[in-house]
Amino acid sequence: MKKMINLTVNNRDYSLPVIPGETLAALLRQRLHLTGTKIGCDEAECGACTVLVDGEAILSCVYPAVRADGKTVITVEGLAEQIKGAYKLHPIQEAFVEHGAVQCGFCIPGQIMTAFALLKRNPDPLIEEVRFALKDTLCRCGSYPMIEKAVLAAARTLRTGEPLRLPEIQESIHHKAMIGHKHLRPDAVEKVTGKAIFTDDLHFDGMLFAAVRRAMIPHGILKHLDTSEAQNLEGVHAVLTAEDIPGEQNHGLVISDWPALIGVGQRVRYVGDAIAIVAAETPEIAKQAVSLIEAEFELLPVISNPVHALEPDVPQIHESGNLLKHIKVRKGDVEQGFADADIVLEDIFYTQTTDHAFMEPECSIAVPKDDDRLEIYVGSQIPYQDRNQVARVLGWDEKRVRIVGQKMGGGFGGKEDIAGQIHAAMLANVTKRPVKLLYDRHESLVAHPKRHATQIKVKIGAKKDGRIVAVETELFGDTGAYASLGEKVMTRATTHSAGPYDVPFVKGDCYAMYTNNPPAGAFRGFGVTQSVFAIESMIDMLAEKLKMDPIHLRKMNALHVGSITNTGQELTDSVGLLECLERVEKEIHKNASNPFTSKVDPEKPHFVRAWGIAAAYKNTGLGGGAPDFSHAEIELYKDGSFEIRSSAAELGQGLVTVMQMIASEELSVPADQVRVRVMDTDLTPDGGPTTASRQTYITGNASRLATLKLRGMIEEFLGDKYDFAASQIEFIEGKVIAKGQSWTFAEIAKEMLADGQKPIALYRYEAPQTQPLGTGGNMHFAYSYGVQAAEVEVNTNTGEVAVLKVISANDVGMAINPLGLQGQVEGGVMMGLGHALTEEFIVEEGHVITDRLARYRIPGIMLTPEITSIIVEHPAADGPYGAKGVGEISSIPTTPAITNAIYNAVGVRIHKTPVDQELIAKALWEH
Amino acid sequence: MTLWQEYLQPTSLSEAIQDLKSAPDPVLLVAGGTDVLLELKQGHLSPVHTLIDLSNIPELCAVEERGDTFFIGAAVPINRLMSHPGVIKHAQALVDACHMMAGPQVRNTATLGGNVAHALPAADGTITLLALDAQVQIASSAGLRMIPFSELFLGPGKSSLDKKTEIITGFFLPLNKPGQASCFKRIMRPQGVALPILNCAVWIHREDDSIHDVRIAVGPGGPKPFRATNAEKFLTGKQKQGENLAEAVRELIAQAQFRTSPLRATADYRKHVVSGVFSETFEEAWKRAA
Ligand SMILES: Cc1cc2nc3c(=O)[nH]c(=O)nc-3n(C[C@H](O)[C@H](O)[C@H](O)COP(=O)(O)OP(=O)(O)OC[C@H]3O[C@@H](n4cnc5c(N)ncnc54)[C@H](O)[C@@H]3O)c2cc1C
Ligand code: FES
Ligand code: FES
Repeated sequence: MKKMINLTVNNRDYSLPVIPGETLAALLRQRLHLTGTKIGCDEAECGACTVLVDGEAILSCVYPAVRADGKTVITVEGLAEQIKGAYKLHPIQEAFVEHGAVQCGFCIPGQIMTAFALLKRNPDPLIEEVRFALKDTLCRCGSYPMIEKAVLAAARTLRTGEPLRLPEIQESIHHKAMIGHKHLRPDAVEKVTGKAIFTDDLHFDGMLFAAVRRAMIPHGILKHLDTSEAQNLEGVHAVLTAEDIPGEQNHGLVISDWPALIGVGQRVRYVGDAIAIVAAETPEIAKQAVSLIEAEFELLPVISNPVHALEPDVPQIHESGNLLKHIKVRKGDVEQGFADADIVLEDIFYTQTTDHAFMEPECSIAVPKDDDRLEIYVGSQIPYQDRNQVARVLGWDEKRVRIVGQKMGGGFGGKEDIAGQIHAAMLANVTKRPVKLLYDRHESLVAHPKRHATQIKVKIGAKKDGRIVAVETELFGDTGAYASLGEKVMTRATTHSAGPYDVPFVKGDCYAMYTNNPPAGAFRGFGVTQSVFAIESMIDMLAEKLKMDPIHLRKMNALHVGSITNTGQELTDSVGLLECLERVEKEIHKNASNPFTSKVDPEKPHFVRAWGIAAAYKNTGLGGGAPDFSHAEIELYKDGSFEIRSSAAELGQGLVTVMQMIASEELSVPADQVRVRVMDTDLTPDGGPTTASRQTYITGNASRLATLKLRGMIEEFLGDKYDFAASQIEFIEGKVIAKGQSWTFAEIAKEMLADGQKPIALYRYEAPQTQPLGTGGNMHFAYSYGVQAAEVEVNTNTGEVAVLKVISANDVGMAINPLGLQGQVEGGVMMGLGHALTEEFIVEEGHVITDRLARYRIPGIMLTPEITSIIVEHPAADGPYGAKGVGEISSIPTTPAITNAIYNAVGVRIHKTPVDQELIAKALWEH
Repeated sequence: MTLWQEYLQPTSLSEAIQDLKSAPDPVLLVAGGTDVLLELKQGHLSPVHTLIDLSNIPELCAVEERGDTFFIGAAVPINRLMSHPGVIKHAQALVDACHMMAGPQVRNTATLGGNVAHALPAADGTITLLALDAQVQIASSAGLRMIPFSELFLGPGKSSLDKKTEIITGFFLPLNKPGQASCFKRIMRPQGVALPILNCAVWIHREDDSIHDVRIAVGPGGPKPFRATNAEKFLTGKQKQGENLAEAVRELIAQAQFRTSPLRATADYRKHVVSGVFSETFEEAWKRAA
């Protein structure tokens, strides 16, 4: 057997001893520290680990390292040339940056390497060939359309030597100097070169590796726990159980109901519940130790669905019972509404559990510091909440904990709850060594909160002319074993369950139920994804019954300025729904006449096509009376550069870009003069949670107002010192000018500092006051509106569904960065399409069936439809430059647009997501 | 929990056979590793002492005409088969199947040998080779032996191969003659595992408008890779007509043992869609044979 591996990596020769069982990915990442090669699944499903071996793209996570002996390897780090410290990007890398193909960036090295291998083999690929090559390289941010265009543009440049073709991006109709124009992400270059560091890429001296022993039974009492064998295993430094928790046992975002560890005699509520944690010299030893921990349980009956959970005489999962919350929405007397109706329809819909499947699995590293503090490196959507939850379990003052937020390979709501932060912290505290807890894909799928599965009953009453007079809904939401954000999510589901319509009488009842399934929490769309499927299906059913055009029916009932929402809020501005409907209508008619009737393909008579449409709205911000604030701080440095700071999270969605643009707009300085720092509880002020599409609005406002405050300070300083009125001072092209005199920012910083003034401004922005549900008034300070139309093709033999085209119109108030917006819109469609067609997180009797990426399918590039994005801009009075949220609305109407199109094509109504092709086929053959 | 201790890379068949005999147990062969490594990582296989890599053995990497047969080495990566002129000429169905299997990164290492040795009743390569009437060549210290393809399978996941001593070297296919052609198609489900709901390979020898000879394989049509011999018999010598094809489908359904696979497809669905998949595959092969 070989003792050494001799290989060439990125033009450098290495000779390394063979390590048994090592994969090429491990060799590259751990021994050569080439961490650009990412591990998204470790099971040959995602393509993130793609590298070239002797010119061919392979998956390094399933490639034995010894096999690379004598071979030449190229990783993403090997593409760019470094010339005098600056990068000269490879044209593929440059194209990814320029086309906005980079969002969270985690999949990008794999995309680039796969594309690189393609273009070596085929310098002039067709679009189909690009798709075929990237078929199994997944991007959860859904950047596929941009990736495709980037690869084609790069191919052309490589072939012809001509400059890269740039994308055509429509600027905002309300644009300013910088705001509203295409702007590249400040982190794009490091993401395409593999230099971007995510948590698992970090290494600390003396670092130990953690693993978690999970109950793997859905419901029971832990009777007996024996960790002695694990303790005795060589290389194990600590094995901790519930008895070792120094502070509070529970954590939780709203309700503290989730034990960090379940103790002997206590209740296990889902398979992912932790019963012991281990820190060891290597991840392998930690895993082995976990397998040596013996546990015995008294099994209890499993509550596997929310309807069952509410029945009398079933076991109660929490002391408070199985009902997390009964949520009520009331607007007038709904019975009166139904009595007035000419037509009443009723039906029931089901939506599945889904997983965020962010490409980067969860990772936390806790590092003990000399001053009795602990630093935690983690990609988290809510750093300050992490700090609080970790500190509570440790029994510490929260100031002793510092969360150092890392780049996130996607979050989508799935990185709001605690994952490994507390466990890593406990182990680091005991071992006094840095401890890394990395979930593999399997653990990620089993453990973290999902999207709520729902059952939604809708009753709708309308007049003959199409006016909707009453809507009654009843929802059951499966919040799983712990509350997480369940109450909030199901509240949104309920308040939005009558759709974006002006309905005089509404009644909604929702039962958010505990079950023994994995917990459910925040997930892009936040409950509205579910209820919009139900109501928008009903609206189409109503249109059919009334023989009305489905767009016309929606236009007739659409919310508009002056409407009163279901929760009693008068909409006073920024309601772009009608315009969304009109513009989508116009766009569809460019494509087809009679779009909502089925068309048979004359060449292939068993292929039938039709369009479908759906509309939605979604709140921006927390609302419901919750204080909604963010802090931003901006500082001017002696070299004339600025740093703007907030703990708000960048998960790939582009907040950092927005903050940079705002500061540079308000100061009239080039963007590269502004650095952005986020997600650090020591160095950045609290930006609140990154959820509810709130950051552009809230932290955007905080950033703008902090910048204006600093600007004011500068004006005042110069005014005082040189005797100008503030109105005489102008900020122009990176300089400050007054009465013919001009200063650079470096000069101003020095003068201010010399004068004892720190050029630093902190602003706390508080969003307009909102009211709790049930009290009337403004439940939210802004809403975004969206309409999507989808064209599908159904194979009437097999029931297979292909989505060919999607038109997506979104009223986002104002498009601060149109390039970033494009990514959010297209990615939103892809996520919505996954929800409609491919994704189903299956749990049977509390046991997770879809515990590998191979079983949980997220859409790949082959499923990408042609997406047309229409930006509608009805400015929100208090939004920064009129902007409001976009992150969620862009993915909400996709599912019903697709299922309505299926109905229009073949007459099969989908009551349950994801679409089951077998069900369609069966309905057709039984017909 | 190191997944393997030793990784051997023999460069000749005899060396591999010797390694298989002498290496410390447990021993496993690995070709592309796209199945084996996952099974080891996910605990479906216990860690082994030795992995024997077959990718450097010239005999297993050959693709060439040999006399009146076409030989495809067991360890040739799938992607090489897709563009190989000989495969395109003699085994079009295999080109179709290779195009559909996995993505390019997996295809750059995955092999037909690995696809077949797994003995799944619906592996795409397996179903195709069955319709192409492959002979399997197996090597051991006793020498080389050749068996008809279908004799390789005993049941789901079970092959007649002696894992302790035997290695598949490759597959021998009849050369394609004028009037002969093949095709492969499959139906997937967008959710869940990437195993086909139904796949189908058809080889035909056509003489003008009549079916001189035909072979039909469908997966999963039983515990072992399934050949629709009754339908084949029925069609042989018949005109290519709608009624005849419809009757062939009835024969096929009667002979096959379609099952319900939980979370994937019901037996009813398979019985329903097989007709369309078969006729599309047949039509395409027919066109190619013109
Ligand atoms: C993402 C992904 C997608 C996939 N898609 C498909 C698909 O669409 N269709 C499909 O059919 N399969 C698919 N597969 C399954 C699998 O990759 C293929 O079956 C592949 O052909 C296996 O070949 P391999 O060389 O990698 O096998 P290996 O993993 O190397 O080996 C598989 C088994 O065969 C044995 N073996 C290998 N070579 C020999 C030999 N010469 N003699 C004796 N025994 C041998 C090994 O010991 C092992 O037991 C997919 C896999 C992945 C990861
Ligand atoms: S990490 Fe290798 S394919 Fe996902
Ligand atoms: S950019 Fe592809 S996963 Fe985020």
